[in-house]
Amino acid sequence: MTLIIDTQAAAPASHARNRGTRRAVIVLNMLGLCLVGLIALTLSCGQGCLPPAHVLAALTGADAGGADFVVNDLRLPRALMSLVVGLCFGLGGAAFQVMLRNPLASPDIIGISAGAGAAAVFAIVVLSLEGWAVSAVAVSAGLGIATLIWGLSSGRGAAGARLILVGIGVSAMLNSVTSYLLLDAPAWDRAEAMRWLTGSMNGAQLVQVWPVVAALAVFGGLLAVSARDLDLLRLGDDAARALGVRSDATRFRVTLAAVGLVAFATSAAGPVAFVAFLSGPIAARLTRGGRFILPAAGLIGAILVLAGDYAGQFMLPARLPVGVVTGAIGAPFLLLLIVKANRNGGTL
Amino acid sequence: MALTLLALTAGVSLAVGTRPVAWAEIWAGLTGHVDSIGAAAVAVRMPRTVLALLAGAALGVAGAVMQGITRNPLADPGILGVNAGAALFVVVGIAWFDISGAATFMWLGVAGAGCAAIFVYAIGSTGQGGATPLKLTLAGTATSIAASAFVVALVLPRNDIAGGVQAWQVGGVGGASFDTLLPALPFLTAGLLLSLAAARVLNALALGEDLAAGLGQNVAAGRIMSAAGAILLCGAATALCGPIGFVGLVVPHAARMFGGIDHRVLLPLSAIGGAVLLGSADVLGRVIARPNELDVGVVTAFVGAPFFIWTARRQRMRGL
Repeated sequence: MTLIIDTQAAAPASHARNRGTRRAVIVLNMLGLCLVGLIALTLSCGQGCLPPAHVLAALTGADAGGADFVVNDLRLPRALMSLVVGLCFGLGGAAFQVMLRNPLASPDIIGISAGAGAAAVFAIVVLSLEGWAVSAVAVSAGLGIATLIWGLSSGRGAAGARLILVGIGVSAMLNSVTSYLLLDAPAWDRAEAMRWLTGSMNGAQLVQVWPVVAALAVFGGLLAVSARDLDLLRLGDDAARALGVRSDATRFRVTLAAVGLVAFATSAAGPVAFVAFLSGPIAARLTRGGRFILPAAGLIGAILVLAGDYAGQFMLPARLPVGVVTGAIGAPFLLLLIVKANRNGGTL
Repeated sequence: MALTLLALTAGVSLAVGTRPVAWAEIWAGLTGHVDSIGAAAVAVRMPRTVLALLAGAALGVAGAVMQGITRNPLADPGILGVNAGAALFVVVGIAWFDISGAATFMWLGVAGAGCAAIFVYAIGSTGQGGATPLKLTLAGTATSIAASAFVVALVLPRNDIAGGVQAWQVGGVGGASFDTLLPALPFLTAGLLLSLAAARVLNALALGEDLAAGLGQNVAAGRIMSAAGAILLCGAATALCGPIGFVGLVVPHAARMFGGIDHRVLLPLSAIGGAVLLGSADVLGRVIARPNELDVGVVTAFVGAPFFIWTARRQRMRGL
């Protein structure tokens, strides 16, 4: 396994660390700028482009001459939803990848997104729930699946190949549950079904954004609190314990936070394919490892979702949900990662 | 004993369904008299049963061959992305070239299965250690996801083809008729014969490549022959009833438990086992969701995924 995420762990020289920190801060700022630019683009350009002054006027509530509906009712909820969902997926995915020290161990590959998605569909189609209740069902299912996968792959190193294979099996099963539930719901509109199969931002409303924002605050905060311990865990369990880290408690907190983030995002926008998987490795490549991976991964997740959604809406011949775009980018990346790990002589 | 089981499955598949039928009606339906509703139901179930048995046999043999060639206990046409490749080609044919008709679907399915198999094997076997189970599984999963993303991208803007494609994708044998079955027969027969002809090479390969060559087997030719057989089988099966996963994984393992590891026995036994599994999965799908029907792909995923996990756990993983 090439541990892309681990590159800086063994470079304690302080000047190197300072240089790394400076680089990471620059990277974070660039990512932030990128994100702001994308949001501005999403708000001002769609089927037609609005002058920036009109967009600002609409946002501040002033009379904007017709721009009000387009900006505040159509584009703003969509942009906000993309932003928070992307942040959640990026953070949650990278947390898993860092904790398990394996870029393949992201929630969308090991079945946690699939579990949350299947549970959300079950809650909506069969139990007729909505809003917070759906998110609650999705989060508990995500936690249940995480426990199940941990249990099934335990023994001789849970972070290994077995975890990923078990997870792939579990996701295959859960995906067929989702397909079945959707096929069985006769009045179900197909665009809505796509949300649960690949993830989509269509018809996003501000009401749906708030639960995700709250989840981002709670679970993101939990992750931030655990970030230092998580960083030390990368040195190995024994070294971390010597430094005063309670490894099992940290793992539990990080798992809870990551599952919470992913499940809330999934219950709002569906399992947007591969965002959680892609963000971590890209962040690790840009920041050269270290403790800035998590925030960078969150920003990259948001950029991926915003850009994917924009491309899916306006830059392709047909209007496609964001999950199709990120899936089409992510699958080749996964293949690339496999080839690359092979070429470096690592065993995957 | 295996053949008895097969006959039993076929009988149950004819007799059990959403509508209960009497014995006399089954006989009437089989002999072509469709006077009562029950007899008509049996007549509808007939091609469906044949399709489930044929597709199951094809997938079972394809799985056994793939496990033999790659020497990988987790190989399966579904997991390795071969079925998804076949599905992608068929959907491209429907969406872009307005293709209909079972015979064309066959060619497309086989072509797609071939491309996907070569692609996944090429990616999975790069680097040291060759094609390990994990690398092949990941390459197959990635290929499946990419293929299904493209399928969605093709189908979504096209309301006219969407419903049919979606039902076909989950893996249905419900809409079977003898007319759609006929064009598949040459493909299935050719695939089966090629696979059976390569059984000796697969046996030798199980000892390792060098030893196989030392035993005087033409390893490369045998591999290509059996791979072509497997591709024909799963391409045709996918074109008939959509991508169905896990049959090719479970069946060869079960067959090995009963009949040993000799591929000359294993392949026919896998064919029968696959037919039994898919046939009974279809019956189960009809029974548990009455009056609706559970698609057979969902049932096999439910049986197969736990088995996949169990195999992955039992196997001592190389690497990591």
